[in-house]
Amino acid sequence: MNTPIIERDQQGVGAVENGSGAKASLHGTKEDRMKIAKADYLQMYYYLRLTRALEDRVTVLYRQGRIAGGAYTSHGMEAISVGYAYALHADDVIAPYHRDMGAYLVRGITPGEVLAQYLGKRTGPTKGKDGNVHLGDLRRGIIAFVSHLADNLPVAAGAALAFKLRGETRVVVTNTGDGGTSRGDFHEALNFASVRKLPVVFFCNNNQYAYSTPLHLQMAIRDVAERAKAYAMPSEIVDGNDVGAVYLAAQRAIERARRGEGPTFIECKTMRMHGHSEHDSAKYVPRALLEEWKKKDPILKAERILREWGYATDSDFQAVQQRVIKEIDTALEFAERSPLPEGPEALDGVYADSEREGLA
Amino acid sequence: MTTATGAQEITYLEAISQALDEEMRQDPRVFLLGEDIGVYGGAFRITEGFQDKYGEWRVLDTPLSESAIVGAAIGAGMMGMRPVAEMQFADFISCAFDQLTEVAAKNHYRWGAAVPIVIRAPYGGGIHGGPFHSACPEAWFFHTPGLKIVAPATAYDAKGLLKAAIRDNNPVIYLEHKFLYRRIKEVLPEEEFVVPIGQAKVVREGQDLSLITYGAMVHVALEAAEILEREGIAMEVVDLRTLVPMDTDTILESVRKTSKVMVLHEDTKTGGVGAEIAARIAEQAFDALDGPIIRVAAPDTPVPYSPPLEAFFIPKVDDVLEAARGLAAY
Ligand SMILES: Cc1ncc(C[n+]2csc(CCOP(=O)(O)OP(=O)(O)O)c2C)c(N)n1
Repeated sequence: MNTPIIERDQQGVGAVENGSGAKASLHGTKEDRMKIAKADYLQMYYYLRLTRALEDRVTVLYRQGRIAGGAYTSHGMEAISVGYAYALHADDVIAPYHRDMGAYLVRGITPGEVLAQYLGKRTGPTKGKDGNVHLGDLRRGIIAFVSHLADNLPVAAGAALAFKLRGETRVVVTNTGDGGTSRGDFHEALNFASVRKLPVVFFCNNNQYAYSTPLHLQMAIRDVAERAKAYAMPSEIVDGNDVGAVYLAAQRAIERARRGEGPTFIECKTMRMHGHSEHDSAKYVPRALLEEWKKKDPILKAERILREWGYATDSDFQAVQQRVIKEIDTALEFAERSPLPEGPEALDGVYADSEREGLA
Repeated sequence: MTTATGAQEITYLEAISQALDEEMRQDPRVFLLGEDIGVYGGAFRITEGFQDKYGEWRVLDTPLSESAIVGAAIGAGMMGMRPVAEMQFADFISCAFDQLTEVAAKNHYRWGAAVPIVIRAPYGGGIHGGPFHSACPEAWFFHTPGLKIVAPATAYDAKGLLKAAIRDNNPVIYLEHKFLYRRIKEVLPEEEFVVPIGQAKVVREGQDLSLITYGAMVHVALEAAEILEREGIAMEVVDLRTLVPMDTDTILESVRKTSKVMVLHEDTKTGGVGAEIAARIAEQAFDALDGPIIRVAAPDTPVPYSPPLEAFFIPKVDDVLEAARGLAAY
C-alpha cells in the first residue's frame, strides 16, 4: 500500500505521456539538467534554503505558542513551488496553495511579510485579516489562496482567459494537493481551460496524503496525472523533490501555454514530511516511509547535483545557510516590531471603492 | 410597440440587453460568459445577436460549469476585465456558491483585490418553473458581506442598475425577474443613464402605511395600493431596488412618516430579507411605530409547480390587502 511511488514508477507504472508524446522521466535527463545555468540553479538553491529556514522558524514560533492560528509548511516539498515560480516571467501570475511558500518568496513576498502575517500584524499582506499562507498581491502577480481547496483553479483559468482575451502572452500557474483534485472545481477548471486552450499550467503536489487520507482512499487511480486525460490535457509526472526537474517541466508547460497551445497538468511526486499542519503529529504515516523520503530531501538533492555539476561546493552551501538565517532573524525582528491592528480595523475593506478605474 | 408620441417602449428584457450592449460598446474590458449565451443567444434570448456583433470570445459559451463560470469571472475581473456571467436560471447559482461566498466576497477584505464582476441571475416564480426554476436566492447572499445585490422592478431600473453593476468594482449579483421580462415595458430616455446602486425609491406616496418591497412584488404592491386608495387607505410603496447595500434611510423615513409598515417579498419568509428589514425598523424606529411590523412572504416550502399550488405560494394582491387592512386598523 505504501510502496514508495518512485519505485513503483521504476517498475514501469505511473509514467504518463507528456506533451511531446514521450514518456516523462521522474528524474529528468542529464541533457535536461545541463539546460539550467549555474546562476539560476544557485538562485533556486537559495530559495529552497530560504523557504526551509522561514518555515522552520514558523514551526518554532508555533511551538512557542506565538502564532494565534494554524501553521502549514512545505517541509520536504519546497522544490515544487520554488521550481515553478522560478520558471515564470515577472508579469505572469500564480495562484498557489498552502504548500507553496517557495513561490511567494520567489515572487518577492518577503519573509518579514510572511512572519508579520503569521503574527497577525498590520504589516502583513492582509493586515491581520487573514492568517498563515493566505496572502496575495496582484502587483507581484499573486492571487491569494482561499482555504477551500481547488476554488482558485477556476479563478486561475479566468485570469488566463483575461490574458487570452487581450492577446497577451502572460501565463498563470496554479497548484493544488492530491486531495484537492477530488473537488468539482478542479474538474470544472481543467475542463474549461482545456476546451478554451487557456494559458494556464495546473500543478499538483502529490505528497501522498490529504491530511490523514492516503492517496488510495482519495482516488482509484495510481497517478493523479491520469485525471488530465479526461480533459485531453497533456500531462507530465516529475520528481517533486528535484528542483531542476520541476523547473524544466514548468518551463516546458509555461512556454507551451505562452505559444497558445493550452494548459498542461504537472504532477509532482513528493512526500509530506510534517503533519498536515503543525498541530498534527501525523502518526498515521508509516515511519519507514518518512525515513525513506528523508533521504530524498530536495535540499540534499539540489546540493548533490550542484556538487556533481561543479556549480558549488560545501562552503557555498554553508554561506547560503548563514545568509538565510540572518535574513530570517531580521524578518522576525521586523514582524515582532510591527504593530498589531486595532480592533475596529476589522471593519475596513469589505467593499472596494465603487468606481475605481485601472485595476491590475 | 410605440406610444402616441412615437417613442419606442422597451421591455424589461430589452432593457437588460441594451445595458449589456451599451457597456460592451463603450468598454472593451466588458465581456459575457455563460451557458448557451453565444450561438443561441441565451435561454431567455437576452444576448441574441451579441456574438455576431462582439465575437465568440466576448460572448463566451462555457461548459455546464457554474463554479467555473463564476470562478473564471473572478480571475478575469482581478486581471482588469469586467466580466458579466450569466446563470441560466438563478437556481443554479447554488453550484457556484463557494466561488461567490468564499472567493468573490472575501478577496477585497482579505488582501485588497477588487473583484469587479456581475452575476446575472434570472430568478423568481410565476412562470410554472417548479422547484428548480423559480427560486429567489437572495437570502443566501444577502447574509454574505462583500457581495452587492440589486433587484430591479422596472425596465428603467433594469437598464440603469445593470450599467451601474458593470461599472462597480465589487461582485454584484443582479437579480432579473423572469416574470417581468416581457410583461412590463416603458419608454426609456434616449440619453445614457445609470441608476446608482444603494438607492431605494418611493414609487407611490401615502401617509397611512408603508410597504417595503422589491422585484416583481413592486407591481403587486402598486396594484394593492390602487385598491386600498379607493377604500380610503393611502399606502406608500418603497421599491428597494438594491438589497445590499440597503438604503435603510429611505425605509426609516417612510416608516416615520406613516408609523405602520409591512414588508413584502416573493422569497420564503423565514430568514428572508424581510426579517432583516423588520429588525432594522424595530431597532431604529420603534418609537415611531403604531402597529406590528408585518411580513408578507411566500410560505416556507420549495416553489411548487402545479398552477394552483404556485398561485397559492406566491404572495398576491389579496394577501397584501388583507395585511394592509389589518395594519391600518391599529
Ligand atoms: C474544500 C475543503 N475541504 C476541506 C478542507 C480542510 N483541509 C485543509 S487541507 C486538507 C487536506 C489537503 O490535502 P491535499 O489537497 O492533498 O494537500 P496537502 O495538504 O496534502 O498538500 C483538508 C481536508 C479544505 N481546506 N477545503
